[in-house]
Amino acid sequence: MTEMSHVRLVNVTKRFGAVTAVDSLNLDIEKGECFSMLGPSGCGKTTTLRMVAGFEDLSEGEIHVGGRLISSREKNWYLPPEKRDFGMVFQAFAVWPHMTVYENVAFPLRVRRLPASEVERRVRDALSSTNLLSAANDSPSDLSGGGKQRVALARALAINPDVMLLDEPLSSLDPHLREEMRFEIRDLQRRYGFSIIYVTHDQAEAMALSDRILVMKLGVAQQIDTPLAVYNSPVNRFVFSFIGLSNFLNVVRGEGGGVFLRDEEGNRGDALPPDLTPPASLRNSGDKPFSLASRPSEIDFCDGETGLRGIVSRKSFLGEIVDYQVKVGGQEMRIQKARRAPGPDAGKACGLRLLRPFWYE
Amino acid sequence: MNVLNTRASSAPLSADAGVSGGPARTRQGRASSAPLSFRRSGFGVAQVILFLSIAILVVVVAVPVLLIFFNAFWVDGKFNVRDVLRIIGEPDTWQALVNSLVIAAGTTIGSTIVGTFFAWLVTRTDLPCKRLMKGLFLVPFMLPSFIGALAWKMLLSPRAGFINRFFMLHFGLAGPIFNIYSYAGIMLVEVMYLFPFVFIQVCGALERMDPTLEESARISGAGLFTITRKITIPLVLPSILSGALLIMLYSMAHFGTVAVLGIENGIFNIPTLIYQRIHQSAGSFASIRTGTVLATVLVVTATFIIWLQGKILSRGHYQIIGGKSFRPMELKLRALRMPLFIFCVAWIGFTIVLPTTVIFLVGGLRTYGLSFTWENLSLDNYKFILFNYKVTRDAIWNSVTLGLSAALITMFAGVMISYVIVKMKVRGKGFLEFLGMLPFSVPGSVIALGVILAWSGKYGVNLYNTVWIILVAYIARYMAFSLRANSAALEQVHDSLVEAARVCGASMWQALRDIVLPLVRPGMLAAFFLIFLPALRELTASIMLYAPTTRTIGVAIYTLNEDGETVMSAALAGIALIIIVTGQLLVDRFVGNKAKGQG
Repeated sequence: MTEMSHVRLVNVTKRFGAVTAVDSLNLDIEKGECFSMLGPSGCGKTTTLRMVAGFEDLSEGEIHVGGRLISSREKNWYLPPEKRDFGMVFQAFAVWPHMTVYENVAFPLRVRRLPASEVERRVRDALSSTNLLSAANDSPSDLSGGGKQRVALARALAINPDVMLLDEPLSSLDPHLREEMRFEIRDLQRRYGFSIIYVTHDQAEAMALSDRILVMKLGVAQQIDTPLAVYNSPVNRFVFSFIGLSNFLNVVRGEGGGVFLRDEEGNRGDALPPDLTPPASLRNSGDKPFSLASRPSEIDFCDGETGLRGIVSRKSFLGEIVDYQVKVGGQEMRIQKARRAPGPDAGKACGLRLLRPFWYE
Repeated sequence: MNVLNTRASSAPLSADAGVSGGPARTRQGRASSAPLSFRRSGFGVAQVILFLSIAILVVVVAVPVLLIFFNAFWVDGKFNVRDVLRIIGEPDTWQALVNSLVIAAGTTIGSTIVGTFFAWLVTRTDLPCKRLMKGLFLVPFMLPSFIGALAWKMLLSPRAGFINRFFMLHFGLAGPIFNIYSYAGIMLVEVMYLFPFVFIQVCGALERMDPTLEESARISGAGLFTITRKITIPLVLPSILSGALLIMLYSMAHFGTVAVLGIENGIFNIPTLIYQRIHQSAGSFASIRTGTVLATVLVVTATFIIWLQGKILSRGHYQIIGGKSFRPMELKLRALRMPLFIFCVAWIGFTIVLPTTVIFLVGGLRTYGLSFTWENLSLDNYKFILFNYKVTRDAIWNSVTLGLSAALITMFAGVMISYVIVKMKVRGKGFLEFLGMLPFSVPGSVIALGVILAWSGKYGVNLYNTVWIILVAYIARYMAFSLRANSAALEQVHDSLVEAARVCGASMWQALRDIVLPLVRPGMLAAFFLIFLPALRELTASIMLYAPTTRTIGVAIYTLNEDGETVMSAALAGIALIIIVTGQLLVDRFVGNKAKGQG
């Protein structure tokens, strides 16, 4: 437990019947941090967020915010969502259609019975931060998707919360707007100083926004790290494949200690070049097959004698980059090079050099 | 699509494969974007269909309604409003108008409160057995309210009612504890059987509502009470109001309950007064005039209510259907959980179980007034009315054949008319759209009066005292159901589906047969049962049109009861209930599976 820790999840577990949606999750989120939870649907990220918000009770564990216990199964303690003073933005906006933009934003202040002048001041402030002042008296149904999402943001900002919970807030928007809103959220955070817990399945979004990322799979935390660290040193095959583009080659250990390609039928193919040596832990793992992972952008073409041998099966021009599909043994690999860099044509044999190989079970 | 274009693409699409060049073909593609337009030949299939559709609606609905207006306002060759006002001002008619309004208002308010409350209970709280409860609250939809009224008459009529007698006997009360022959009694019975209109609308709205709308209020700091008041209720208000107006419309024009419970104490509403006047005076001019004036008032009110409903639905219908959703939060009822559950069970017991039990028990008695002991009860009455009693056997036969024919005819007419309205682009469609609105605002007793005016020989055809006049009335009465179900189904069939078939080389008719018809079939099926099941128990129109041999089930139950044959009436009501409930369950199974197969 660090001094700075602001939101703390200790051993948090959530079960729905026989299904464990979140399995003993431990998190320390610092004040003013932007923390993303990333994973495919069903990985437990939204359930975790809803437990922090108070919409789901815990099956085990506790949650603290700012030193205050807000949920604990063991101590049978549960603070309802309306007492937690968080801001939250939902995927489907959840802007109330029967109220004007102003009334939407004023709602959290009015239920707190703030004096009218204070409500007025704070609503104006939140609306001007989100560029909505001119739309104050509009009905939300007259606004575009981006406009509605701004209203949802302004409403969450109005009480000036310490913690902002964002549940895939940008996934209902079109790609261009999505990029723009990312920066706006970041700007707002800088101005207001709240901590963000951000749920998304879009890795680019998580990378662009976050100070740290939690990658989850089937309710289990896989890796918690900075975006750069998650990209550069994924801890396992799942994280590697979830972040960015990825190639996997199935390989198997030979009797003499060498490593060989392995095709779909389980037959042993070519030996890997000597510069591709797996770490000791995998070298001694018996004859279980394992994977050699690489990123399409971190592969060079080379002489067929020194590298992995393959045949270019497709070459497609994608504008700034050229995308190659190469058959290596019975397996496919993808390689992306800059437009200007020379490369073999389709049907030609080539050699491949993996600049940053990763080895996974 | 213009004439030039049409001529350019006059070669049939399938035949021109290698013949016509590119440009001609693109023009043709565009031409088919006005789907199934028959403008090529001057007077084509489109015009025939349009003409047929208009003819059906004119003959079946518009003429009877116009005749009512005509008879109401046209006296001795002159347009006369003064006389209409004089008739409205007569004490009897005025009282009936006021009664209709008072009963409808009370019923609407009561049903709305009850329906909304139960809907909230089964969707937003932790009430035990919510699913079962929801199903049970919908059961009154199946029970004809006049049979309910009959049961409550047996239970709570001032002197003979079982409950009243029980209390007078065992607690020494001098008078009845409740007199069902009263405004309160009528409204109570109507609330019991009409509240599902609000219940189902509000349930639907609450279930479809995006839960994050409420969650975001909660995270904003609002408690459940505030959320219910400021977010939930306002968002479902259009659904509540729309259900309430439906009940208002139904109750204003409702015959059965008032006829069974009101006449004893001289309480008439508009439909019962129309019936009484026409029935007693055997078609005298004065009584017909009174009838037409009252009917006019009903039509005007109904039109106003429907207009209001449309306005509320279009203005206030928010897009509240959400994306990904967790289950909505449930209010923990805590200490109130069991008491509210018991209340719900008691409500169902009182409104469904008790009345149906009484119907079946009384139907088994040898003579009305005997106590329910084993030696007094038998199945003899049921056997008698099913196999030996001509009146009831005729009635069952009439209702089944009338229901089937009305449902079939109305289904096919409805699909054709809806097709013209929804899909075709022909001149003169606007008039058809207007006519298509008519059936929605014409209550059953108005239809009955209208067909009497139109079909009793004054204009060449005399159907009076035959089953045909009842059939015509049923078709007019249920056309609205068919139009609604079929246009909803047709709206789902996007034009591009037909266009895709045409591009693949299918002719207009092939596209209709292979693409449109299969997709619309569920809607047609729905229309059929939406008509067949209510027609089985129809009373309001049949009661004004029946002859001795053309009684329907509803009429037979009602007249047997009027004639003091309470036991036979109850037995027939019991059999009607069995037929209706079995039919409904079969439909739910059958159509439910069908719908799943489609998805």
